[in-house]
Amino acid sequence: MRARVFVTLKPSVFDPQGKTIADALHSLGYGGVEDVRQGKYFELDLATKEAAQAKKLAAEVADKLLANPVIESYRIEVE
Amino acid sequence: MKFGIVVFPGSNCDHDAYHAAKHVLGQDAEFIWHKDTDLKGADALILPGGFSYGDYLRTGAIARFSPVMKEVQAFAAKGGPVLGVCNGFQILLEAGLIPGAMLRNRSVKFVCAHVDIRVEQTDTPFTGAARKGQVLRIPIAHGEGNYFAAPDVLAKLEANRQVVFRYTTPQGEVADDANPNGSINNIAGLCNEKRNVVGLMPHPERACESALGSADGLVILESVVQSVKSGVLVANA
Repeated sequence: MRARVFVTLKPSVFDPQGKTIADALHSLGYGGVEDVRQGKYFELDLATKEAAQAKKLAAEVADKLLANPVIESYRIEVE
Repeated sequence: MKFGIVVFPGSNCDHDAYHAAKHVLGQDAEFIWHKDTDLKGADALILPGGFSYGDYLRTGAIARFSPVMKEVQAFAAKGGPVLGVCNGFQILLEAGLIPGAMLRNRSVKFVCAHVDIRVEQTDTPFTGAARKGQVLRIPIAHGEGNYFAAPDVLAKLEANRQVVFRYTTPQGEVADDANPNGSINNIAGLCNEKRNVVGLMPHPERACESALGSADGLVILESVVQSVKSGVLVANA
């Protein structure tokens, strides 16, 4: 199965890169883009064929390595 | 005494730290490869600056799982003095030896400059020879030194006097203009609760000889020499 892990900064954490991207978009005339938050996206190819197991494994590696719980949270999709 | 300098793939201040320890301070020093599980009898450890594992994923995120880190954790748990400089500090944060995390500098730029930092605490093995309030001029070189901790964690760090260094003006005043990276509360360096593990973003090992523009970093390394030689670890004081 494939798991997709989306890691993003927690809402309370300032994102200097997101802010810079938003500023760049504004200077390009995209005033309709109110804010940008930058994150990370991982695709994990997993040996298991069971969704529950895939989700559990993806969460485990996200907790252990992919995300830093001090500043980040994550969301997982499996298929 | 003997310094152990931990070398990760991508460390690039390991030789600077070795030079300061061995040639400037005249102490024993030995490199410890990150796959080693023997600390070679070191009395104090330095996790040097650099770009371990190319800063992939997050700064220090992969290095913290290097085999040597188990030994570093055990050494720290026994009260052994550990200094993390720049990337070494980031590794200590990822390893949970010091609370909090680093964000990209608020300017989103890599900042290479001499900055002023004020010694906030002198009851750590790395600041015992300094004066409280002493301002040190030491270089920084980092893109991710914007320290962050959640409000409850930050309150605890301040209450426990774990903020060891703060970015200030040359006169020692905390000011936003003197903050090179956006660190919360102008934090430049911290210690753990037991006070034997210290991390800072500035590079004291690059400021140990006046020929390099400043010798203000020397007091940090001299402190640990004194601490080890006195045989009284501050953590047990």
